[in-house]
Amino acid sequence: MTHNRSQSQASATQNQSQTSALTEQGFVAPQLAGYKCEGFFDELVDENNFARPDAENLIELINRLPPEELLRRQNAIEKSLYRMGITFTVYSDEAGTEKIMPFDVVPRIVSAMLWQHIEAGLKQRIRALNRFLSDIYGEQKIIQDGVIPRDIIDSAPSFLKECIGLKPPGDVWCHITGTDLVRDNSGGVYVLEDNLRCPSGVSYVLQNRHVMKRNFPQVFAASQVRPVNDYPSRLYGMLQAIAPKGVTHPMIAVLTPGVYNSAYYEHSYLAQQMGVELVEGRDLTVKNDIVYMRTTDGLQRVDVIYRRVDDTFLDPETFRKDSCLGVAGLMKAYRAGNVSLANAPGTGIADDKVVYAFVPDMIKYYLGEESILANVPTYLCHRDEDREYVLANLDKLVVKAAGESGGYGILIGPHASPAEREEFAGKIRTDPRNYIAQPTLQLSRVPTLAGNALEGRHVDLRPYILCSGKDDIWVMPGGLTRVALKKGSLVVNSSQGGGSKDTWVSAEAGQDIASDWQDE
Amino acid sequence: MLSRVAESIYWMSRQMERAENLARFLEVTLNLTLDQADSLVDPWEPLVQVTGDTEWFVEKYGVPTQQSVVNFLAFDLEYHSSMLTCLRAARENAKSVREMLSSEAFEQINEFYHFVSDSSATQITDPTAAFFDSVRDYSLLWSGILDSTMAHDMRWHFANVGRLLERADKTSRILDVKYFNLLPNVTDVGTAIDDLQWSTLLLAISGFEAYRREHHLVNIEKVVAFFLFHQAFPRSVRSCVAGAHWSLTEIEAKSNSDEPGEAIQHIATLQHRLTESNVKEVIAGGMHQFIDLVQLELNQIGESLTYDYFNAPRPS
Repeated sequence: MTHNRSQSQASATQNQSQTSALTEQGFVAPQLAGYKCEGFFDELVDENNFARPDAENLIELINRLPPEELLRRQNAIEKSLYRMGITFTVYSDEAGTEKIMPFDVVPRIVSAMLWQHIEAGLKQRIRALNRFLSDIYGEQKIIQDGVIPRDIIDSAPSFLKECIGLKPPGDVWCHITGTDLVRDNSGGVYVLEDNLRCPSGVSYVLQNRHVMKRNFPQVFAASQVRPVNDYPSRLYGMLQAIAPKGVTHPMIAVLTPGVYNSAYYEHSYLAQQMGVELVEGRDLTVKNDIVYMRTTDGLQRVDVIYRRVDDTFLDPETFRKDSCLGVAGLMKAYRAGNVSLANAPGTGIADDKVVYAFVPDMIKYYLGEESILANVPTYLCHRDEDREYVLANLDKLVVKAAGESGGYGILIGPHASPAEREEFAGKIRTDPRNYIAQPTLQLSRVPTLAGNALEGRHVDLRPYILCSGKDDIWVMPGGLTRVALKKGSLVVNSSQGGGSKDTWVSAEAGQDIASDWQDE
Repeated sequence: MLSRVAESIYWMSRQMERAENLARFLEVTLNLTLDQADSLVDPWEPLVQVTGDTEWFVEKYGVPTQQSVVNFLAFDLEYHSSMLTCLRAARENAKSVREMLSSEAFEQINEFYHFVSDSSATQITDPTAAFFDSVRDYSLLWSGILDSTMAHDMRWHFANVGRLLERADKTSRILDVKYFNLLPNVTDVGTAIDDLQWSTLLLAISGFEAYRREHHLVNIEKVVAFFLFHQAFPRSVRSCVAGAHWSLTEIEAKSNSDEPGEAIQHIATLQHRLTESNVKEVIAGGMHQFIDLVQLELNQIGESLTYDYFNAPRPS
């Protein structure tokens, strides 16, 4: 033991003397030994491998620990995630095999200043999207004023005619949002997509933080990281706040499609953390427009439902007749104001990949403001001009099917074979409305363990936003950093071999820090 | 509490207990074969007989051997009540009510399942009593975790009812194994072999030491009474039924229904009979028949629970 320790200390000193340097301000910033940025924007170090200001403690720790120690801790963490059963179900496997989302031990750090910008941008976006949803299921002024073409809305499968005229309490439609952000080669932040139906992944954020605190307590304490573990309380508070009028102690339930859903772990985790019921469609019944659950004591009234079942499966009476995941009569109960749903049904129209392209216009139209966070430039294939450009430049673009998610239905032009590009060209010509294209961004990278070495891997970021009223919007400081574990890959989805990292948002003076907070 | 949750907790608990008892059956038999002369009755066949699924077994495996019976009872995922099938089902049930369990409870089931599943390949070819001993340890740990990390509310009472109904059933079946074992060799009664067999049986319900402390010497009547009627030993049929009765009473008290459920009435009747029965009469009238009747009544209680609390429609 003693021998090992003195060895690692010796190598730490050596590392520091080799890799630190005097900056202009006169203090020593550590350099990440042996790491190469390869011309990409890196979240932790600058182009000369010097730690960015908020990452100094972390880089020092990494330099001090021998690489096999990092790997050992990472393996220990992955083992404990598996033991805790923090897994997602792999659909294709008939034994219902569960996998953990691979976890990378090197966190991503976001500076306080950058976070301020992101938070302001996200709040602005949610405000505009809520206005849009009220409008599009109401008067549709935005169409009349020519900002969004009517046919885009009418042809969107996620626009639910059944929701026209709905008036969710407080005009809030999207109570829980997970917005995907990316940074490009210059470090600029872009919104990649909005997820307004049932965004998942927040349980990984909470568990990642939990295991990082346990495995790297020193560096955690030394870094001023903002806490995330109040999310379940905030979520509960939001759900309580949207209860039907007159209900002071609402019965709240999380509605899950069931144990075979890939995000089931998250549903049960959130219900457990909030101390509310986790129900399946078959546990619920509607009588006289009131929702009840079946208990050992007979029927018990339910007031607020955090639904993790997709829009069209919610109520076989209103939407898909073949759905057994929802509850017959739920929509009538909702219309009658006897139950609150988060998110409101119909929100899917606002995360259609074509409608996404119009969000900056919505912000201008509804709020009279310029959007703080930019969209990724997007070509809409139903526009003749855009389509021709897309077809001529398939080798440079990323093409996405408007109605797909989870990394499916995507062509990454520069990495695709001519045959694949030809196949997509055909699809675009047949159904132009269903395709958008974006330039291939050089996504920012974060040092990531590859074997015993650290290599840069591309990341995105999904912060979670809770909204209980027009001016009551809370953005979780951090979010899910997903990382493409394959060298050079830009695809971060867990279904496509992606993993995740803890996200550390630096605290400003006066803000709470995570190491002061007791872990659950 | 949700009916579905109550039902899942009840079954999770039953399945965990069932897995434990299968491990006890196998462990005891593996130990027994080490001490027993070859000329004696084959110990593996009775294990199949007490399951009530002999036909299924014969069709798949033919003649019972150590390897085929261990495979069948411990690891056969095609058999609806093997140890591994039970653990897998218990884990599925636990997963579906995970938010209602303590984290420790869920994690323990998860680990338990992985342990047995990972060991199955080596244990099928070369089963050891030590392995089944570890399974027993895992189960005892599970029981302890359930009792000491969860509030003793409705959830716990449903788990307790499941556990104790299953345990009562299996204790009676372990005793029944002896019936199958003894029947062809009535002349062995009172011999050293007999002593060994009864002692092993007591070990199977962890009751050897408790029995010795009270009675010192093996005596058939006293062993049968210990299994069926002991007031305080936690694996005796009577004590299991009393515990399940208590939990059902608590559940009834906490629920708002006006009339008492069927389950509680059935269990009261059974408990009354167990209190009033006399071991001499039981042996005279046929122990096997008595045990059969007890098992039938235990099943009936289980069925009533589904009408009383799990909202299943009563058959007309």
